[in-house]
Amino acid sequence: MASVRAIQENIVNSQIWKSVFRVGIPNTNRKRVLAVLGSLILHLHPVKVRRSGTRMSYTWCMGGTSFFLFLVETVTGLLLMFYYRPTIEYAFTDIMDLREQAPFGIMREMHRWGAHAMVIAVWLHMFRVFMTGSYKPPREFNWNVGVILMVLTLLLSFTGYLLPWDQLAIWAITVGSSMARATPGAGNEGPMSGLIKLGDIRLIHAGDDARFGLIGGRSIGAATLLRFYVLHCVAIPLVAGFLMAIHFWRVRKDGGISGPL
Amino acid sequence: MPARAAGSPGRLPEGLTGLGGLPEREVARVALSGGLASVLGRFMFPNVLFEPVQKFKAGFVADYAVGEVDERWKDKFGIWIVRTEEVVYALISVCTHLGCTPNWLPTQNKFKCPCHGSGYYKSGVNFEGPTPRPLERAKISIDIADGQIVVDKSKQFHQERGEWTDPESFIKL
Repeated sequence: MASVRAIQENIVNSQIWKSVFRVGIPNTNRKRVLAVLGSLILHLHPVKVRRSGTRMSYTWCMGGTSFFLFLVETVTGLLLMFYYRPTIEYAFTDIMDLREQAPFGIMREMHRWGAHAMVIAVWLHMFRVFMTGSYKPPREFNWNVGVILMVLTLLLSFTGYLLPWDQLAIWAITVGSSMARATPGAGNEGPMSGLIKLGDIRLIHAGDDARFGLIGGRSIGAATLLRFYVLHCVAIPLVAGFLMAIHFWRVRKDGGISGPL
Repeated sequence: MPARAAGSPGRLPEGLTGLGGLPEREVARVALSGGLASVLGRFMFPNVLFEPVQKFKAGFVADYAVGEVDERWKDKFGIWIVRTEEVVYALISVCTHLGCTPNWLPTQNKFKCPCHGSGYYKSGVNFEGPTPRPLERAKISIDIADGQIVVDKSKQFHQERGEWTDPESFIKL
């Protein structure tokens, strides 16, 4: 026994251990609180939580569920990226292979069903926050961050929709992206766009309007697939991750999870 | 309050200002962020598109039957060629509602979009469903050199703007 303790002490006193854990093992309550505050991982959770904040009937746990599903989507999505190539030759067959050939073909289904569940969870979270009046000052800024996060969730869902590259995907994105044609001043069918002219030549047309910039062409094609892939896997998750950090931080700064202030 | 020193950051000496009366730092900030935003925006608009060509030769007028909607170019170029007693015109096979490809239903003598049910007459004029306006027609002409029909999709004619009377939008027989 003594030798085990000696080895333990050797490890705890080593240069490597001390470089990772700056202070020793906290042996008083005060030191334990400080250890939580001083650790990057542990400080993500608040030191204290109000009892009402743990009541499922009040919070529905929908914010936490949304974040959990975002993590599920990140992990399964990352795994799918090892097999999926966003080109018109391979996209559809890679999706088929993910289902039929790749080990744990359920990975793609988990990503898909997780995406549906995340959209539902985000809406329910918003509904709960609205019904409990948790958007009121001083939480109005966080409400706005949340609205942007909800839009990003829908955009993640929308960009992911195209990636299987089947008929449903192509026509759904054809229809969805056509709404960008109605952008005021920037879409070729939008209000005021017809006024932007040089002589009688319209400057805003199908070859340079908002929809063209979104899909990289006049119609859904190889450029759109690649664009939506990059938006889906990199751009939107990065922005959403950044905003989520702000969102969670503000929850605590604005007085903790729900409940009376 | 004592005046700030002439060299203090963000301030110019009294009476000296940059563009539009703003401090130079402000001008630089606006120029830099505006420049970055326009580079980022412009980058998303490619100079070269890898799409089917917009202009193609469609054979001779005699290849098309009178009163028929011809679907031979639909898959490749997204064009229906319609010949009537008096004219030949090229309809673009993109639904003007939200961009799907309608089907030509010969038994019902109409174009019908599978996405939301917009319907169009053989002329391209809409009569049912959610679409707000008729199908577009493409520029069509006869090549003088070999007498073939030339269709150019890069120029579209909208009925609701009164452009179908434009002589470039049909071939008079």
